[in-house]
Amino acid sequence: MKLVYFAWVRERVGKTDEDVEVPEGIGTVVDLVRWLKSRGDEYEYAFENEGVVRAAIDHVHAKPEASIAGAREIAFFPPMTGG
Amino acid sequence: MRGGTAMARMISIQAEPFDVSAETAALTGGRADIGAVVAFTGLCRDEGGRLAALELEHYPGMAEAEIDRIAEQAEKRWPLLGLTVIHRFGRISPGEEIVLVLAASAHRLVAFEAASFMMDYLKTQAPFWKREHLKDGTTGAWVEAKEADDHAMARWA
Repeated sequence: MKLVYFAWVRERVGKTDEDVEVPEGIGTVVDLVRWLKSRGDEYEYAFENEGVVRAAIDHVHAKPEASIAGAREIAFFPPMTGG
Repeated sequence: MRGGTAMARMISIQAEPFDVSAETAALTGGRADIGAVVAFTGLCRDEGGRLAALELEHYPGMAEAEIDRIAEQAEKRWPLLGLTVIHRFGRISPGEEIVLVLAASAHRLVAFEAASFMMDYLKTQAPFWKREHLKDGTTGAWVEAKEADDHAMARWA
């Protein structure tokens, strides 16, 4: 599964993207976030307030409880400030 | 595709500047059914002289897809005849344009409402992030999302 990061989430994680092997039992976006946070301080920092960081699954906005089964690309980013 | 009487949707995510008159002409050219075009242009402010530029980061692939989905919602909600959305990315100087929405319809109310809806959704749903570059040469903060923008979007629910 490919993970991509944008804006200050990207800066905190320290990379633009990565390929990860997600362990069994990680079924939702929030599961994935908690697993990432266990991988190092940079993830702990990026996701320190879980309610702030947004996610998208295969280019579609996703809620924390959304299933990640079959996802090719999951993105994490701050609330959007375009327009 | 332009022309005819079908709904004409054009979405572009680009680094280059755009020309509002040229885009309006492209939207209305060769048609006699459009009675109203509302144009909204968002510009980069200098924030009281503090800002040298804004840098806009976006999520390629999703930005186009999400704006397309927002446009589809607008087209379902209002009898639109045309919709043009251009959103720039990269470094943008104060005074330069960032975003363009053109909403075309037979009558003005639909065009005003659809353009307003598009902007409220673009601001809160389209994957773009602004960061400030300051006049003193330093890189400033990422612009924080405004609660007012969420409220503006919520009124369409």
